[in-house]
Formats: sequence, structure tokens, C-alpha cells
Amino acid sequence: MPRVVISGSGARRFTGGLTELEVEANTVRRMILELDRRFPGLGHQIEEGMAVAIDGEIYQDAYQVALTPDSEVYLIPKIGGG
Amino acid sequence: MTFIGKKEDLKVVGTRPIRPDGVDKVTGRAAFGADMTMPGMLWGKIKRSPHAHARIVSINTEKAMALPGVRAVVTAADFPEIASEEAFVGEGPMNFRDLSRNCMARGKALYDGHAVAAVAAISPAVADQALNLIEVEYEVLPYVIDVEEAMAPDAPLLHDDLYTQGVEPKPERPSNIAKRVTFAKGNAEAGFAEAEHIIERRYTTQPVHQAYIEPHACVVAAAADGQMQIWSSSQGQFMVRAYCAKLLGLDISSIRAIPAEIGGGFGGKTLVYLEPVALALSKQSGRPVKMVMSREEVFRGTGPTSGGVIEVKLGAKRDGTIVAAQLVLKYQAGAFPGSPVQPGCMCGFAMYDIPNVSITGYDVVSNRPKVAAYRAPGAPISSFGVESCLDELARELNIDPLALREKNAAHEGTKAVHGPTWTNIGYLETLVAAKDHPNYRIPLGPNQGRGIASGFWFNIGGESSAAVHINEDGSVSVVSGSPDIGGSRASMAMMAAETLGLPIDKVKPIVADTASIGFTHVTGGSRVTYATGMATVQAAERVIEQLKTRAGMIWDISPEAIEWKEGKAYPAGPNAGSFEPLSLAEIATKAARTGGPIGAEVSVNAQGAGPAFATHVCDVEVDPETGHVTILRYTAVQDCGRAIHPSYVEGQIQGGVTQGIGWALSEEYIYDKQGRMDNPGFLDYRCPVASDMPMLDAVIVEVPNPRHPFGVRGVGEVPIVPPMAAVANAIADAIGTRLRDLPMSPPRLLAAIDGEGPEPMRAAAE
Repeated sequence: MPRVVISGSGARRFTGGLTELEVEANTVRRMILELDRRFPGLGHQIEEGMAVAIDGEIYQDAYQVALTPDSEVYLIPKIGGG
Repeated sequence: MTFIGKKEDLKVVGTRPIRPDGVDKVTGRAAFGADMTMPGMLWGKIKRSPHAHARIVSINTEKAMALPGVRAVVTAADFPEIASEEAFVGEGPMNFRDLSRNCMARGKALYDGHAVAAVAAISPAVADQALNLIEVEYEVLPYVIDVEEAMAPDAPLLHDDLYTQGVEPKPERPSNIAKRVTFAKGNAEAGFAEAEHIIERRYTTQPVHQAYIEPHACVVAAAADGQMQIWSSSQGQFMVRAYCAKLLGLDISSIRAIPAEIGGGFGGKTLVYLEPVALALSKQSGRPVKMVMSREEVFRGTGPTSGGVIEVKLGAKRDGTIVAAQLVLKYQAGAFPGSPVQPGCMCGFAMYDIPNVSITGYDVVSNRPKVAAYRAPGAPISSFGVESCLDELARELNIDPLALREKNAAHEGTKAVHGPTWTNIGYLETLVAAKDHPNYRIPLGPNQGRGIASGFWFNIGGESSAAVHINEDGSVSVVSGSPDIGGSRASMAMMAAETLGLPIDKVKPIVADTASIGFTHVTGGSRVTYATGMATVQAAERVIEQLKTRAGMIWDISPEAIEWKEGKAYPAGPNAGSFEPLSLAEIATKAARTGGPIGAEVSVNAQGAGPAFATHVCDVEVDPETGHVTILRYTAVQDCGRAIHPSYVEGQIQGGVTQGIGWALSEEYIYDKQGRMDNPGFLDYRCPVASDMPMLDAVIVEVPNPRHPFGVRGVGEVPIVPPMAAVANAIADAIGTRLRDLPMSPPRLLAAIDGEGPEPMRAAAE
């Protein structure tokens, strides 16, 4: 099952300090729903303030991106620019 | 479809056609924000706080309203009070309560220049008179400008309800520290214990303005039926529409935002300042309202990027292998939270493969204008510290600074400090190209020095819309929702032309208003050529499918039996029949008979933008008598994936470098003893001008991004990341003295030279 790592301190307040989690999910949307079920509020935090790096590729606001059991998933602060 | 790997086959992409907006801009025909007028139009003006920090006791507008020619006066009372609501919109985190209060102060003025009221009158002169008649009673409060002074426990508080986020348990007292963020990789403490050489330094940067040539300007018209139109120059007409709707409590559908030509933004026009105020004045007066900022207003009332304190600690083996790194960043947010400290944290060490890293960042409010995005927000600040410290480490270890970077460079498979594993990156290629460039081998003379620095920026994708329409004569219109700041009209037209197989002069690009194209995120984040380009290519591909279908109708064969190449339909093989090729123009003339107009609009949410890396080499000469620094030559190497229009890419690189050199050498806000900005104009806020610059050599490295049909990465942001350290490292090389505080202006340089007297100048040493 995909291993999810929370990068940075922004979302750790929802997980009680946990930074690495295993999540049963095959899409980003299901990962968010599952994380929110386990850590209420984290789903909203991910949707509003975080990007998802899957195997090195960064996705923002992308529910349907697939996850595989071997996926390396990092939750990182959402990125903007100038 | 992908065109990567076939560069030699490309006919349009990679060439340098004349820019589509060029003639308009050099003849003065281009219509910028201030060029719009309307019948019956009023002039709006803003009254600004003369105090850095003051409670607004009362505002009396009666005398102003009574002045003949005045049609409307507004204060915060004329705007809905918005609850604190954080969202990630525009180019970063945004709290709409803060945005509203930044446009019009409510309760307190938080910086010199903060808007407290506005008028609309029949002429600018009457509006100015009315501003003087507005009576504001202030209770002046203690203020704080400096970031570390603002962090002190006894500092004047800007917001009574601001408690530091990211600290557990929640602090009991409010603070000017809005947020604390941390990032970690490995075990920094163990890494430093293993190090054979440790270096620890502190650096500072000043807030600098984007200094776009065109001040903010808009014309708005609120109709009696509630429909509103906005003409303004911004980095996103959809952003203007959404923010105005939010701040005024309107439906988005009631606003049509029309993009004017934009005279520079660099991130500073991803916010609204005037538009909501002008709409409020227009609603009250029932007349169109025009507002144009003066340069002084731009400096006092709009956001620069943060200044910051950067504390860097590096631990290395004697052979230069960096085994541990620590970074502490303190960024000024201005009057409201939201500095780019998080990306600053993530970018500082992004170029390197370091096993043990600890990073802490602080977002700090103080009595200065709310910061706005500026090219690669946050990255230049942290990189100035890291790249300077790396140079100091190289000198202490007696290792060539470029070789030290090569030894520790991030590469395919390196895990970045913030988590992702790098794939398809071109950092090492930029180092090799810099080393191989002839400029790197030019001998230096007395008082001359060479500095090298690298930089990183993420680049982003996001939501974009584009349409391709085939006109009746076979010419093509490309419509996008992205304001053209860095050459996007040219690149959209070129990608469409390449995909369709047409010469570029058959394709004309335009930027559409919010009612004429699908939603498009702002032009920023180096995203447009990537994301809007993806939408454009997909739209062109859909058009090709239609063209094949239409050709099939004309020939009475199946579209599957048709192939499209070089702008024409061909039978796919002998079994398809024998037909002379049909050109796009021939198909277009029969469009009515084959189903009607030919065109397609595509909206995407582009993912997987490829990161950008750059390496810069700067040569300077220092005048030991005056402290003046002359940039002798500057070589900026950058991986851009693939250059659609190389001249625009080079221009972006040269522009970013120039702004970075200004940040390094001369730009700073100077405050008087009352916390008022003392230099709000280009005479005293010294940006580099053409005569300050040598030819800037932009070197394009192309490591294609496999996620884009042409291999594009973003271009516009990373060029501003390395220059400050490149210049500082060159100065250190020239004079043997390290400057760690920006700007490295002549007085500072002279003081450093005098203060370090025993350390000889290169001239004396040689």
C-alpha cells in the first residue's frame, strides 16, 4: 500500500506528529478521503494548502491521479510563483 | 502527441519570429491599463495613511462629499466585513479578510501608505482636493519595521488575534510571528558530528519591489443592473474577477474582467489594489471610474517581496562532500501574514544532494506593505545565503566553487530536502555548460573577481484554457486566457502553428476576457508556456481531427484514411484513393458545407511541470576609491526544457538577472524615524538601467520535460535566484572581503574595504 510522507510541519498538527503513514488508496482522491477519516481536518488541509508529489512528479488539485502500492507519496506545501 | 526528440524536424518551434505585440509596443498603439477612457468617466484617488501604525479613531468625509465635482467617497464601511478565510489562490496562500483590509484599512492603518479612504470626482484635480478634505483622526501607535525586532517579545503588535502557527501547544500570547515551519531530512545533528569542517554564517536581504514600469491602473463601470466591467492590467483577469467578487460580495458572473496590455508584473500584479475600490466608487456614483497609481503610491501602497535574515550552517568532509546543512529563515511578510518563507525553505538546498538537513522558517509581520509575489518567491532570499555560504566553504576548503557544486549536485534519483525524488532534471548540465563557456576562462585583472551561484525553482502547471479557430480563409486565431507577460502570445501561436503544420504568419494570437474563454489561472509560476501551451496544443490536435473529418467529406472517404502533415490532408495510403492534398485553406473555404465553423477550445489542469535549475557566473570590477561595482560580464545558464522562442527565453533570463543585480547592489527601502518610506521613486530607489549592464550572456540548456508535448519547462522565475550570491561571490573574489548584507551599495562596500584594511585588495596582492 502507498507510503505517504508529510513533508514540512504544516500538516503534522493533524496527525499528532506522525510523518509517515501507509494509506490504502489507489487514487489521490481516495488517499485524501482516507487520511481525513483517520485525521479529521487533514483532508481539507491537503486540498487547500498542499501538493502531492508522487514518485517525484508534483500534482496540485488532481483527484484522479493513480497511486500504486509502490508509490512514493510526499505531501508538500502547495506551490505558486510570481 | 509528443514532439520531443525531433527538434531537427521542427519548423516553427525553436525559431525567432517577430513578436506579435512588437509593433504595437514600439509605436505606442498598445493599450495599457491607463489608456482606457469612457464617456462620463470619473477619476478615483486614494487617501493613504501617513503613519506606519495607527488606530483609526474616526473618518469624516462630509466636507469631501460636499465639494463640487465629487461624486463618491468610500471607506472600509462601504465594503463587506469579511471573516478570516484562508485559501490558496492566485500565487500563494491568501486570506480574504487580509486582502480586503489591505485594499482599505479597517480599524488600524498598518503601514505608511495604507489606503484609508477613496474619492471619485470629475477630474484628478478635484479628486486631489477632496482627499485633503477627508478628516482622519488617528491614534498613532508604536511601529516596527525590522524583521528581528518584530519577532522580539516586546515588539509592537500589529494584530491582537495573531498567534504563531506551527508551534505546539498554541502560544498563549499573540505575536508578530505568524507561522513557524520546519523541514528535515536525515539527522542534521548526527551529520554535523560526522563533518570535518563546519561553517556557520548569517546573511540579510532587503525587501525589494518588482518595479514594473507600468503603475497599477484600471477603469471600471458598474451598471444599474448590477453588471460590472473591469479593464485593468494584471497577471490574471480571472484573478481580478474572483477577488473583486469576493471582496465586494458579488456573484462572479456579474463581473466581466478585460485584460489590458501589461507593462510588467513579475508577481506584483497577482493581487488587487485598485479594482475593488474603483468598483465601490462606481457603484456609489453610477459612473465609470478610472484609477491610476503614481509611482510613489506603487512604492508605498503595493507589495514588494520579503526582506529576510538567512542563517546557514554547513558541515563537510575535507574533500568537499557536504554531510549536513542547517538553515534558519526569517522573512518579512509586511502588514499581513503570507511571506514566501515555505518555498524559501524548500528551494535553498534543492540543488544539492545532502543527506542530513534541518530547515526552520518564520513568517513575520511588520509595519510595511503586505508582500506580493516576485519571481521565484522566497527562493532568491534563501539562495543568497546558501550560495554565499557555499562559496565561503569552497574558499576555506580550497576547492573550486564550481567543482564543489558539481561534487554535491542533485541528479536523477536524488531525494530533495522537501521530499520528492528528482527525475529528468538538468542541474549538472548547467554546471557543465557554465564551466565550458569561454567567459569562465577569461583572465581577470586587478580589482576584478568572478563569482558563481546556482538556483532552483519548481515551476507549476495548473488550470488553463485555450482555443484554436480556423478562419474562413484558412488563417488561424489562437485565443488564450493568459495575459502575455513573457511572450506567451508568440509561444502559443508557435506551438499551434507547429502542431497544425502552418507557417507562423498564418496564426494570430489574442488574450481573451473572462467572458470569452474558459477559466485560466494567473500568468505566474512560470506556468503559461507549459500549461496554456498544453491546452493550445491539445486544441490544435482536436482541430486537426476535425480537418481530417472535413477532408474525408470532401473526398468522400473515411477520416481514418487521412493523415495530416505540413498543413495539408493527404490520403494515408494507396488504398485510401488518389487525391491531390487539401490545404487547410481549401478545407476552410468549404467549412459551411462540411458542418460549419472549425475550432476547438480545451481546458486543462496541467500537472507535472518540470523543475528549473540555473547556474550563473558573474565577473565584477570594484572601484576601491568609490566602492562602485561594475558588472564586467555575466553568463546565465539555464535548463529551460525546450525553448519555443529562444529570444523570449533569453529575454526572460536577462530580465531576471538584471533584477537580481539590482537586488544585490542598489535596491532598498529607506525609512525615516516615523516609519515612512523615504525613497518612493526611481530617482532614489535605484534599479539598474541599461547603461549599468554589460551584454548578459544567456545560455540555454535543453533537457526536455517529458510531460509536455514540446518538452517545455518554465523559464521566467529561476533567473532571479542566483544573481545576488553570484555578485557577492564575485565581489569577495575581487576584494577578499565578504559582504553578507544586501544591498552591496558603494557606502557598504567602502566600509567593508576600510574595515577589512589588513586584507589586501587583489591589485595590491598581485
